[in-house]
Amino acid sequence: MFLLAITISFIIQKIILAAIIIGGSLGIALYATWAERKVSAVMQDRRGPTRAGPFGLLQPLADGVKMFMKEEIIPIFSNKFLFILGPSLAMVVALMSSAVIPWGPDMKFADGTSFSLQVADINIGMLYVFGVVSLGVYGVMLGAWASNNKFSLLSGLRAAAQAISYELALGLSMISLVMMTGSLSLNDIVSQQHGFWDGNWFSWNVFKQPLAFLIFLVCSFAELNRAPFDLAECESELIGGYHTEYSSLKLGFYLFAEYISMFITSVIISTLFFGGYNFPGMDAVAAMVPSPLFSIICALVLLTKAIGFILFFMFIRWTIPRFRYDQLMNLGWKSLIPLALINMLITGAVILYLNK
Amino acid sequence: MSFTISDKSKLVDRRPMTFKDKIYLPAILGGLKVTLGHILKKKATINYPEVQREFSSTFRGLHILNKDEENRERCTACGLCALSCPAEAITMESAERKPGEEHLYREEKYAAKYEINMLRCIFCGLCEEACPKDAIYLTQTFAPANYDRKGFIYKKEDLLIPNK
Repeated sequence: MFLLAITISFIIQKIILAAIIIGGSLGIALYATWAERKVSAVMQDRRGPTRAGPFGLLQPLADGVKMFMKEEIIPIFSNKFLFILGPSLAMVVALMSSAVIPWGPDMKFADGTSFSLQVADINIGMLYVFGVVSLGVYGVMLGAWASNNKFSLLSGLRAAAQAISYELALGLSMISLVMMTGSLSLNDIVSQQHGFWDGNWFSWNVFKQPLAFLIFLVCSFAELNRAPFDLAECESELIGGYHTEYSSLKLGFYLFAEYISMFITSVIISTLFFGGYNFPGMDAVAAMVPSPLFSIICALVLLTKAIGFILFFMFIRWTIPRFRYDQLMNLGWKSLIPLALINMLITGAVILYLNK
Repeated sequence: MSFTISDKSKLVDRRPMTFKDKIYLPAILGGLKVTLGHILKKKATINYPEVQREFSSTFRGLHILNKDEENRERCTACGLCALSCPAEAITMESAERKPGEEHLYREEKYAAKYEINMLRCIFCGLCEEACPKDAIYLTQTFAPANYDRKGFIYKKEDLLIPNK
């Protein structure tokens, strides 16, 4: 009976945490759409949305209502089940990888209980993230194929080819990081980057593995199907690519999933390379404030880092033009993969030398 | 023989990409410098309905039919404006003033019908210059949008200046 009580409270804790994280991700993705419009406006000397609410802050809601109100069209010759599954999968997969991210150190309460800010501390967290990320392409592929439209299909194939090519370099760049940390658990990776300076060198992984970070960043652009690698969509010259046949909320799901993935990817980059919830002088802060408050501060630090990356993704999108398909493939296969391999070799040599 | 229309043409650089070009990063950073530099620049657009740009003092907009100090129409339907109009946008019909209408029309002849087709009008202001009676002027406003072509044919009632 005692065991059962613990299990139930554990499950309730995790459900609450998951609900907060999913709600937070949705909220941030919602305002990422607003931010994208504002960022593009500012960069082009425009004003962006100003009508809905102060500074246009209600614009995402207005967009959502617009999406709801649109006519829902399912093409006659489409595979209805897969047609609906496509956007749902894109959405679910985008939210799934948030489960293994450590949002902050454990909250320790006065009565000795503690509350973990990580939904699931699995020891293969990084593998899980990779598995989920590679599932993301199924949403696009299924939607494109189920539309029964040759342009959608071609675009879906293109997206799949792009995602698979860049996943290789992404994985290889991660291997050098794993070689260094010696663990696949995201919790371990973050706690190894404690503070900012570990006495000899910066503790954040970006200072230890700058090349891996660069490769990871470039590949995440490709995985997210964002400019300069948004060949699957080409909203300006093709008609949206794989989601040509989609309308109403299903189209909204596809577009929205992209922003959620962008947020989650930003969090993962911050976690892996920019110290996660760690920040300079965190020990002094931890000594001053109670543990639950400290955990919340840490979570806010992680969010700030993630928002910084989201803004960076946007700056890049509104700065450089799209890559051509052959340039994309050349960059992926002929530059990034060899670079990641070389990085692996160097990392291995350095680790051997240091442990001599 | 080759000649250039202007000195603005630029030869395309077709040299093979150097290593610096191939890693793209310097070019991307250069681009970011340009776009991020725009964040602090003055906005080129305005919040239109609340804020409106000022027209130049010589702006020629919608016409207005003037009245004299006693609120009598100045137009005598002489037709000089229609004659001077290069776009043939003005039509009018004249009528004779009846006894008892002296408070409405300044002279014995007046325009019973006066129409300007704003779709034809090129807002050159020649009607304003041709008018011997100071009756027609171009104002600082412009013709608002309309749903059909008929709405752009402005009648005398639309053009007359409101009573003072």
